[in-house]
Amino acid sequence: MMRTLTEDQVEIGSVLPELVIGLTPTVIISTALATMDFTPVHHDVEGARAQGSKDIFLNILTTMGLVERYVTDWAGPEALIRGINVKLGVPAYAGDTLTFTGAVVAHDDGEFTVEVRGRVSLGDHASGTVRFALPGR
Amino acid sequence: MTATAEPALHDRLMALAGRQIELGEVRGAAAADPVNLPMIRHWADAMGDANPVYTDAEAAAGSVHGEVVAPPAMIQVWNMPGVNRDRGQQSTPVDDVLRALDGSGYTGVVATNCEQTYHRYLRVGERLVPATRFAGLSGPKKTALGEGYFVTWNVTWYSGEEPVAHMLFRVLKFRPRERKTTPEAREPYPLRPAVNRDTAFFWEGVARGELRIQRCADCGELRHPPGPICPSCRSADRTHVVAGGTGEVYSYVVHHNPPVPGLSTPYVVAVVELPEGVRIVGNVVDCPPEEVGIGMQLRVTYRQMDDELILPMWVPQES
Repeated sequence: MMRTLTEDQVEIGSVLPELVIGLTPTVIISTALATMDFTPVHHDVEGARAQGSKDIFLNILTTMGLVERYVTDWAGPEALIRGINVKLGVPAYAGDTLTFTGAVVAHDDGEFTVEVRGRVSLGDHASGTVRFALPGR
Repeated sequence: MTATAEPALHDRLMALAGRQIELGEVRGAAAADPVNLPMIRHWADAMGDANPVYTDAEAAAGSVHGEVVAPPAMIQVWNMPGVNRDRGQQSTPVDDVLRALDGSGYTGVVATNCEQTYHRYLRVGERLVPATRFAGLSGPKKTALGEGYFVTWNVTWYSGEEPVAHMLFRVLKFRPRERKTTPEAREPYPLRPAVNRDTAFFWEGVARGELRIQRCADCGELRHPPGPICPSCRSADRTHVVAGGTGEVYSYVVHHNPPVPGLSTPYVVAVVELPEGVRIVGNVVDCPPEEVGIGMQLRVTYRQMDDELILPMWVPQES
């Protein structure tokens, strides 16, 4: 199993590598269904347009999942995710690209906080923080 | 910035919010399925999350977890209602507030905050029960999307009696802005004049409030309706004069039937003789048909028929 970062390998200011996710209709739809969200705006282009959206777009449960994945992809499989706070911004439409950036902003009592931004062409789709713990050495 | 809402409506919404807060935590239905590997596998696959502690029993056994665990961010998934969302759904204290906002014109919805805390990782076989607590209503606020109220609630998920995760969720319920529309476009008037190279000067005149009469550039004879060649001298050179705008009824009919699109019957169609010496056909308006008679003195008027078309018409001259 891939190694997980240890506490001494992470410090405030550590920068996470960028994660770029191409938002194909397959990504939008497969994640909507995998999160059991059958709202038409996440799989039905005509339905989404009828509501004034330009296309189908990512659902929130997926945004949370991708933010979590962004941190564990970097920190490793045994990082313990304690919490995710996300402020939701512009929609992440099919055909767009979602780019995550992040950096460690706090380390307090064994818990790290990463500040995360997920940007699409329209601006910030999601911004917020992920709290997690790492194994000791 | 605080916006204006009808005070009675605002008070009603706030009173409802207060009652919902007093309900406290309301338990919902247990998840249809316990935490299970197939749903985790589909989720991880769709997310592109390769973390082996979610799907690989052997790797998970050797990890800090000791067994397969569910991705924490899957917490909401376990109690999602499915395709037929009404079936067996228990209502939450939030539903009444969202419905009241919908009914008051705050029909738009956009989620603004999702904050989740995971007390521990979930194991396969745990069946979750959500409990919802209405947390607050604030507004009305003016936002980029329109005036709206922020609605906040909390969900705590229980495995047995143990709370395993917590969420704060906030949405903005807003009144969608009126679409910017051009000022009420009028129905196009169905009867359009034929505008061509021979008649364009006439309609250009109408648009400027001029009654233009074609004049032969060679012999000077006036003619109406306009045409390409002078009936008197056969010259194709033409110009025009601007008529004074008065005339008298030379002949007329009152049209009752059949109905004509764009016109209400009865209406008067007159042949109007101009002092300049030509006759022109037009409607006589602003006058009851029975008062129209031969020799009646008229003056021209210009009527806007739709967004583009202006027609010259005739009204009685003030005596």
